[in-house]
Amino acid sequence: MNGPPHLWLIPLLPFAGFLLNGILGARLPRWLVSTIGLLAPLCSFGLTLLVCVFVQSSPTVDPDLAPVIRVMPYSENFGHWIVTGALHVDFSLVLDQLSLVMLLVVTGVGFLIHVYSVGYMHDEEGDARYFSYLNLFLFFMTLLVLAGNALLMFVGWEGVGLASYLLIAFYFQKKSAADAGKKAFIVNRIGDVGFLIGMFFLLANFGTLTFADIGAKLVANPGWQGGVLTIIALCLLLGATGKSAQLPLYIWLPDAMEGPTPVSALIHAATMVTAGVYMIARTHVLFDHSPFALGVVAVVGAATALFAATIALVQNDIKRVLAYSTISQLGYMFLGCGVAAYSAAIFHLVTHAFFKALLFLAAGAVIHSIGGEQDLRKMGGLRKKLPVAFAVTTIGVLAIAGFFPFSGFFSKDAILAAAFMQGPHGRALWFVGLVTALLTSFYMFRLWYLAFLGEPRAETGKHHSTPWSMLGPLLVLAALSVGGGWISGAWLGVGRFGAFLAPAVGTRASEVGNAHLELMLSIAAVGVALLGWLGAHLSYRQKSTIPASLAADFPGGYKLLENKYYVDEIYGATIVKPLLVISKYFLDWVVDKALLGGTAWLLGGIATFAGALLQRWQSGNIRSYAAWLAAGAAAVLLFALVPILLGAYGINIKWAGF
Amino acid sequence: MHLILFILFAGFCLGGAINLLLQSHPISSALSLIVVMTSLAVLYLLLGAEFLAIAQIIVYAGAIMVLFTFVVMLLNAGREDRTMGSRTARSVGFPAVVVILGVIATVILRAQGLGMAGLQDGITSTEDLSRILFTELLLPFEVTSVLILIAILGAVALARNDGERKPGQ
Amino acid sequence: MSSLLTQEVPVSWYLLLSAVLFSLGVIGFLIKRNLITVFMSIELMLNGVNLSFVTFAHQWHAVKGQIFVFFVMMVAAAEAAVGLAIIIAVFRARATLAVDRIDLMKL
Repeated sequence: MNGPPHLWLIPLLPFAGFLLNGILGARLPRWLVSTIGLLAPLCSFGLTLLVCVFVQSSPTVDPDLAPVIRVMPYSENFGHWIVTGALHVDFSLVLDQLSLVMLLVVTGVGFLIHVYSVGYMHDEEGDARYFSYLNLFLFFMTLLVLAGNALLMFVGWEGVGLASYLLIAFYFQKKSAADAGKKAFIVNRIGDVGFLIGMFFLLANFGTLTFADIGAKLVANPGWQGGVLTIIALCLLLGATGKSAQLPLYIWLPDAMEGPTPVSALIHAATMVTAGVYMIARTHVLFDHSPFALGVVAVVGAATALFAATIALVQNDIKRVLAYSTISQLGYMFLGCGVAAYSAAIFHLVTHAFFKALLFLAAGAVIHSIGGEQDLRKMGGLRKKLPVAFAVTTIGVLAIAGFFPFSGFFSKDAILAAAFMQGPHGRALWFVGLVTALLTSFYMFRLWYLAFLGEPRAETGKHHSTPWSMLGPLLVLAALSVGGGWISGAWLGVGRFGAFLAPAVGTRASEVGNAHLELMLSIAAVGVALLGWLGAHLSYRQKSTIPASLAADFPGGYKLLENKYYVDEIYGATIVKPLLVISKYFLDWVVDKALLGGTAWLLGGIATFAGALLQRWQSGNIRSYAAWLAAGAAAVLLFALVPILLGAYGINIKWAGF
Repeated sequence: MHLILFILFAGFCLGGAINLLLQSHPISSALSLIVVMTSLAVLYLLLGAEFLAIAQIIVYAGAIMVLFTFVVMLLNAGREDRTMGSRTARSVGFPAVVVILGVIATVILRAQGLGMAGLQDGITSTEDLSRILFTELLLPFEVTSVLILIAILGAVALARNDGERKPGQ
Repeated sequence: MSSLLTQEVPVSWYLLLSAVLFSLGVIGFLIKRNLITVFMSIELMLNGVNLSFVTFAHQWHAVKGQIFVFFVMMVAAAEAAVGLAIIIAVFRARATLAVDRIDLMKL
């Protein structure tokens, strides 16, 4: 096609895996299904690594390599897709620094989770379906990341929503799982309306949907701010909140934990939910030209982070805690985008993929071992039974809490520092972020204490050992969570990583600069994390009654948090119920039965009635037939001889050839 | 002379036709029709068509009407009985006939270029007739003969008494 | 008297007679109740038309008009033969010649 690196293979190999496993998988032996399922992400990851070699940020000075090395942004075009009037869209894949980073995360973490799934799904039915859906997801996600224009990205966007639905409702015989899948898809769709409208506005104002062209136009007109650009940015933001589970469209993510745990790790922690952040980073030039929209992004992110963290404080299902934690961390990323620190947001995206996937997979190993139990109140003392899981979970918790030198420390602090530098509003956002960090540390350590420390509270002695296919990825991800933060190479801020991403996402006007301030901010962050640990330690180590007494003192607040602020119920009452009423009374009775049914009945009735009328004409009576014959002949005669007849009265007209 | 003959035999025509309508026994209607046919033959002669006049008498009055009379007598058709009428025939048919007659009459009366017919006009000789018939219109002539052959076969097949020949007899 | 003897007849009178004969035939077709009489009215219609043809042949000195009358006679003869054979067959099946009673396609 276009020579090495073949970008088009990266999405296409998982798609081939999807087709193979989907069509033939039911008849193939389990090991073959797993192999096919693993090969696709492995090849995609390998190709991505190859791309790293072959595509560089700047032209190489080595004359031998020059013909082979491409320069970023590198695009491959596969011909026209839609060519009509003002709309011209191609199948074009574009690779620049941003998409390269995303690709590495998606294919790398994706591959690890595929390996984990082999062990996790070992005893389950429907593994062919599972692996084919996973590969389908990978196809759409890579397509989303590589897309060169908004329409192709929308294809990937919708596709990952579809794959998410299929995987959440994997255990479709369970009603709660099927409902959760439906909820995820529908809420995603609501967000997608925003994306679509944003695309329409983009087309109307820029005449093109290609990101490069839009960026070029905006760069050429630096004075164009606000107005319609704000509208576009807000519409795109709506789409991002749907996909990345921010306020007000986050409600699907906690329910999505009905799916298998590797699915939660891959889709709802590491990759799909980050698509919103990626999209904002990709269209960052648009957001830069609209300060109002950026402010909205930042506020949404900060509010969501705090909101979700408060809910996570009292959840009892281990996966729910992690789900709300994901929503909260995504809020951090949105906060980073909102203060125009896109590199920091992407940095946090990368480190979050590592430690959140790690936490989810470890939780999966725990659940798998104790026979499917997910309630934290029934766990305890697993430190001795599952030493590996305990160790990696500890690493994950330390990373997410933001302790030095784990990866979470660097990325979270980059965002918080950027927010702090933004001015008085930024300081407020920084403070919210700090409080959320405190809560994050608290509930993560709570989880740690309840699950692994203390005396066992589990009821039965069911205990499966964890296979190596599940342990391997855990160890790799743990290593990445420890060392992942050092890619920035700086104490605070994004350093090397930010410099690498700069051609794609721009740079912040000011790095922190002041070393004294840097130190203060880092100490504040770590101090807050320690405070959270202390609080959890006091509350949840053995024989502590603090949580119970707190719950008793503030029953209303506790209930509010436990029921997730009743948001689902509010949505149900204000949106779902009216829709159902309208459907039943208006659409079903009026439109379906009366209008459509009535029209059909009417048409049938007319035919029958006309038939009954005409039936009487066919009497079989020869004389009436003769009479009608004569009448017909008279009519024809009259018609043909009208001019002559009228001529009798002196009227001359032209008629039928006369 | 022409006028007197015309009025006389036109009267016979009309009288015969109206009698056909008024009679209730089919045989009387057949006989009235014979009167109409012969009067028409005289009118043809007045118009100079001598061959056609004779052909009219031989074919129409002499063969077709005889056939009709045979069938009436064969089937022993009696007087017409009062059966249930057809309202449509009256309510739709009569106006239609009136309209047809009116239209044709108007066209005839308003037509230009119609002349007069008199005794001094020449008679079309049979020779002229046959010359055209056997040269230009030979094909229709032959086709008509085939048609008559088919009609004979058809009439024989239709009127044959099927049930009387039983197998084995 | 001589003027009366040599008086000519307008051609339109012949045509009017033809039209009246035709209309009487149609009326007969409509009001007669016996199948054979209905058939006879058809013959009356044909004769009316024949008169019209002969009149025009005389008017325009076209022999073809008369030849057409010849053909009409031939066809009328064939038609009469076949038609009466059908009437005989119908009579055998229905035992009636009343037009109003013969109203089913199935014999």
